[in-house]
Amino acid sequence: MLYIENVHKQFDNGLLALEGIDLAIKPGEVVSLVGTSGCGKSTLLRIVAGLEFPTLGAALIDGEVITAPHPKVGLIFQEARLMPWLTVAENIQFGLKDLPRLEQQWRTEQVLQKVHLTNFAEALPRQLSGGMAQRVAIARALVTQPSMLLLDEPFSALDAFTRTQLQDHLLDIWAEDHPTLLLVTHDVEEALVLSDRIIVLRPHPGRIHRELAIELPRPRRRTSLEFQRLKEQLIGDLDLTPGLDLVKR
Amino acid sequence: MQTIRRRNTFSNLTTAIPWDNIIPWVMPAALILLWQVLAQIGVINSRILPAPTEVVQAAIRLTLSGELFKHVTISAWRAVVGFLIGGSIGLFFGVLNGVSRPAELLADSSIQMVRNIPHLAMIPLVILWFGIGDEARIFLVALGVLFPIYVNTFYGIRAIDPGLIEMGRVYGLNRRQLFSQIILPGALPSMLVGLRYALGNMWLTLIVAETIAASSGIGYMAMNAREFMQTDVVVVAILLYALLGKLADSSVRWLEKVTIAWHPSQNLK
Amino acid sequence: MSLAIPRRRSAKQRLAIPRPLQGWLLPIALVVAWELLSRLGLVAPNLLPAPTTVLQTILTMARSGELFRHVGITLYRVVLGFGIGTLVATVLGALTGYSRTAHAYLDPLLQALRNIPSIAWVPLFILWLGIYESSKVTLIAVGVFFPVYLNLMSGIQGVDRKLVEVGKIYRLSQLQLVRRVFLPATLPAYLVGLRNGLGLGWMFVVAAELMGASQGLGYLLIDGQTTGRPAVIIASIVLFALLGKLTDSGLSAISQRLLYWQDSYGARG
Repeated sequence: MLYIENVHKQFDNGLLALEGIDLAIKPGEVVSLVGTSGCGKSTLLRIVAGLEFPTLGAALIDGEVITAPHPKVGLIFQEARLMPWLTVAENIQFGLKDLPRLEQQWRTEQVLQKVHLTNFAEALPRQLSGGMAQRVAIARALVTQPSMLLLDEPFSALDAFTRTQLQDHLLDIWAEDHPTLLLVTHDVEEALVLSDRIIVLRPHPGRIHRELAIELPRPRRRTSLEFQRLKEQLIGDLDLTPGLDLVKR
Repeated sequence: MQTIRRRNTFSNLTTAIPWDNIIPWVMPAALILLWQVLAQIGVINSRILPAPTEVVQAAIRLTLSGELFKHVTISAWRAVVGFLIGGSIGLFFGVLNGVSRPAELLADSSIQMVRNIPHLAMIPLVILWFGIGDEARIFLVALGVLFPIYVNTFYGIRAIDPGLIEMGRVYGLNRRQLFSQIILPGALPSMLVGLRYALGNMWLTLIVAETIAASSGIGYMAMNAREFMQTDVVVVAILLYALLGKLADSSVRWLEKVTIAWHPSQNLK
Repeated sequence: MSLAIPRRRSAKQRLAIPRPLQGWLLPIALVVAWELLSRLGLVAPNLLPAPTTVLQTILTMARSGELFRHVGITLYRVVLGFGIGTLVATVLGALTGYSRTAHAYLDPLLQALRNIPSIAWVPLFILWLGIYESSKVTLIAVGVFFPVYLNLMSGIQGVDRKLVEVGKIYRLSQLQLVRRVFLPATLPAYLVGLRNGLGLGWMFVVAAELMGASQGLGYLLIDGQTTGRPAVIIASIVLFALLGKLTDSGLSAISQRLLYWQDSYGARG
């Protein structure tokens, strides 16, 4: 159970990135944070990840304030961030060093199957395509059996086809163990395909503009009328009027 | 918008002091101070390492007698002439091999092989050929300067993004324009790195050449002083080399700022 | 079934010399020309002896055991100087790369020292340490120090912070971060520094032996010059080049094995 209570974040240069963020996320929920650049969505995710700290307010997991990366929370970045000198299997085992070797190997095999990369266990990162590398990153996050996954624009660096493939793939993985998913994205379609709830943030300063509950049954068809209507509504919410950004700054 | 930060007088005071400008000088200043103190109380024998004050006195003495000027100008002249000769040869071949594939195939490996020969090892051979005159020294300096400039010019030209050259052709640039507008500016960063190495080599070669066989110049001044145990003069010579080396390096940096300000390596701090 | 008719190699293709050998054309041609000119008496044997003469000299020295004595001493100096220089550079480089305070205090001092051509220290070293082994090895160590230090320091500073963050996600301790992320990530830059240092080490052993040695390949250079035996000089030069290239290739091979994982875009050795 994730609680974000009255979180404010001000950077050293005085910029107020987040103001008054209140959010409660239930176990097993899929929540997306959507917004234009500068709205603080990545900052919020990093606060939940324990990589940054709020200036006011707090984020709590299961009643405890987050002061450092939590063992039960997995993180996936925009870049795969694999160690170039380790094989795929070694990269996946990167966070497992406290476990006995057999356990590590068993878990690695399991998770490689989940991401369909069993034949690439001994490959090096430089031999992988962008999509494959990101799947390894997902595997690395999953192998610690987290109860919550944080994803910071995980597919934005990939081409459109790979992106849709991985979105569906993520849903399949989620369907198995139902971890809580908190996803940051600027891709409205991606948010609609995946989420139970979409939080729209607006910048300067970053505030929650609207919460939208998506009640469509999964798997969702990107081409359905209902989907497209929601998409239009969301785009309107994002307030993508050109020039407004510049005026406010 | 509310500001959340609170500031107190202490942090205001400490942030006012330009720490960034002071810290680099702490260690050198401390060492020089230590040096002076140890020399004055006699812990360091002045024949082994004279006090900074003595070094300064020696420098003044040499300047006033005109000796310093004489040696420095001679060394500088040798360096410059050698640099111009070696630099132009290196530049010529670097450009030739960079631009023309057949030239590269023919000559590059040979030049790379010669490069493996430590050019300082050529000194006795050169002395055998040219005697102990200035020609020998200038030849050696030219040799030391040639390779860095050649290598960096060659690689600089080769490393240019072929996409840029293609774009130039699309815009109908002829060979000369292609060279002056795309190839030369593109190769310039690498060439300037080569220039920096070449200048370092220039001083290095000159020092060795002057130390082994010369009757004038900074190297001669240092070796002569060593014979007579005039350690303060030796230190002056070392500082002169340091100064000249720093000067050369700084002029390359200035050149970089003027010609390749656009390059990512030029941090706009 | 393929309809392709196997093409007969054109005349040009049949005569084509394989790529790696093309580079050897000019050098071999030059050496052959050199030999011919010497035989014909067009090149004075007291200035530039024929390649065969040089070869004979080398063989004679090898038979008398002289060769191995000199080569051995020179190798010993290089290896020792390289070892010491690398050790100190690794410690200081790791310190200034990893700790910002150490960097702020130490680095400016070391950068200032770097500008002094290491050769300039020779008279001072000779004064302090005498003309014997310690001054030579120290000179080599100083020469090797700077490239290794600079490359290690900037290598550590250049480690991708995004990878470090992954380590933080998995709550790695500082020591674990260093061992599992910084160390492997810094290896490429460190190895480049080692190769550069080795190259400089060879250059400095030449300088050190030129300026006062009674044994070693550099001594042979001077000996050849003073006794008017250019064949000895050239033999020594060839051996220097050979040893330098061999040790560099050795280090390069080690680098390639350690860096099997690197994704370099056709980087040249």
